[in-house]
Amino acid sequence: MKKIINDPSTVVAESLKGLELAHGDLLTVIHDPAVIVRADAPVRGKVAIISGGGSGHEPMHGGLVGPGMLDAACPGAVFTSPTPDQVTTAIEKTDGGAGALLVVKNYTGDVLNFETAAELAETEVRTIVIDDDVAVKDSTYTAGRRGVGGTVPLEKITGAAAARGDDLDAVHAIAERVVANVRSMGMALAAPTVPHVGEPSFDLADDEMEVGIGIHGEPGRARVPAENADGIVARLLEPILEDLPFAEGDRVLLFTNSMGATPLLELYLAHGIAERLLADRGIVVARRLVGPYVTSLEMQGMSLTLLKLDDELLELWDAPVRTAALRWGN
Amino acid sequence: MGCTANDLVTALKAAAATIEEHRVELIQLDRVIGDGDHGENMDRGFKAVLTALDANTPDTPAAVLKLVATTLISKVGGAAGPLYGTAFLRASTAVKDRAELEPADLTEALTAALGGIVARGKAEPGDKTMVDALDPAVRAAKGDTATELLAAAAAAAETGADATVPLVARKGRASYLGERSAGHMDPGARSTALLLRAFAEVAAR
Ligand SMILES: Nc1ncnc2c1ncn2[C@@H]1O[C@H](COP(=O)(O)OP(=O)(O)OP(=O)(O)O)[C@@H](O)[C@H]1O
Ligand SMILES: [Mg+2]
Repeated sequence: MKKIINDPSTVVAESLKGLELAHGDLLTVIHDPAVIVRADAPVRGKVAIISGGGSGHEPMHGGLVGPGMLDAACPGAVFTSPTPDQVTTAIEKTDGGAGALLVVKNYTGDVLNFETAAELAETEVRTIVIDDDVAVKDSTYTAGRRGVGGTVPLEKITGAAAARGDDLDAVHAIAERVVANVRSMGMALAAPTVPHVGEPSFDLADDEMEVGIGIHGEPGRARVPAENADGIVARLLEPILEDLPFAEGDRVLLFTNSMGATPLLELYLAHGIAERLLADRGIVVARRLVGPYVTSLEMQGMSLTLLKLDDELLELWDAPVRTAALRWGN
Repeated sequence: MGCTANDLVTALKAAAATIEEHRVELIQLDRVIGDGDHGENMDRGFKAVLTALDANTPDTPAAVLKLVATTLISKVGGAAGPLYGTAFLRASTAVKDRAELEPADLTEALTAALGGIVARGKAEPGDKTMVDALDPAVRAAKGDTATELLAAAAAAAETGADATVPLVARKGRASYLGERSAGHMDPGARSTALLLRAFAEVAAR
């Protein structure tokens, strides 16, 4: 394993120090328990938006802390859910008197740790669980779909709703609308290596790809011979479109995400194909986001996320945001 | 004479030692159908419990159980942290302010612990989780003495853990594997059986 690290056991802590120095104008880092908090927290009278999850998906979530988006992020160990004391600290530090929305990706560990924190919290707290990954069969016989790329628009839109003054019920209702209308699917060409494990999470031959991969290197729907960009994008887009389903005339946000190692050159290439395929079906791409936002360490691969927009969701997406990773409007 | 706060501390020390001894076994079990962190998570958690109990020994059984709960909740992470943490928290509430726990109190504590795990994780018997060890243990937890009661519970938990082998997981990370999860023991069921066995051995002394 070759990585720019000192010691696998201090990767997250050392990285947080750098994050704090790089973005001190936007955020403050509490080191024990680890929480990344908006520099001007708490914001009086505003619903706090709090998220978190395993580290290794940067810039999600720490890079999304700032005005117009998250009030706090709780980073767990690499690919491991944070603990409730991190979440309760985040709730306390961001408590502006209007309650908190916890944004949780649907993994058993994450859900249980956030739930426990919500129970311990002294502030009013609501939780939204996102499960946008169409690669996992959703049934009562599994832990359900995973939360992946849709988390970024969810955090952006709820952050904007809180910033304009919506109360906790209203923010939660908007969160539910996003979750109901967002779908994602990812693929990988090469596996990531978790620092304390030291070897790749899975083996893929040079001529293979994994379709429907999660963001922790979990297996996907199928392992198939690697295809060209046209083939890959179609394979990701079809199941997304079928699932909601998205229909002719729908206005969407198209989010083309790199899993970490895929360069922007390839990502824009793929994005162009996705736009063309959507145009062919009469689906209107009203907004787009392209880049590495929900990564899986240095996994090579990409995901596509589609969010069906209405006027209000579009307005909230466009609202000003100022974070390390997303910035517009001010 | 019932079980005092001190007796509980002794039992928890034995539990921590058992978990340390079986750390690798739990890691191996979790590697096959999960992500291989269960042994590490549990060992880190129970070591922190020892440190917490050394730092201040609470003087009622309820306070001991509560300290264990909060420590596990903040140190274990993963799915098992909040599940075991909730179990100890509910057990703590169940024994109220009693200075000594009689067998009936132990039954009540175990029942409350199971209730907590089920309320939190929503697993049913047969889903291939720690519930498959604790549920039969609670039903078997009967006896005139703590020794008898805990021996029966531990034996039932061990049988229950063994019985998770052929099951297909429906909860937690293992459920993503579907049919491929059959043929392996659930790591959380195994750790539950280990904990109850440690408690039973202390009670038998
Ligand atoms: N919903 C549930 N109800 C009861 N027990 C559960 C549930 N989900 C998982 N478990 C238990 O937890 C054990 C796994 O615990 P572990 O410490 O390995 O957490 P994890 O699943 O790896 O967490 P994470 O997904 O955050 O990494 C399983 O063997 C199972 O017994
Ligand atoms: Mg595990």
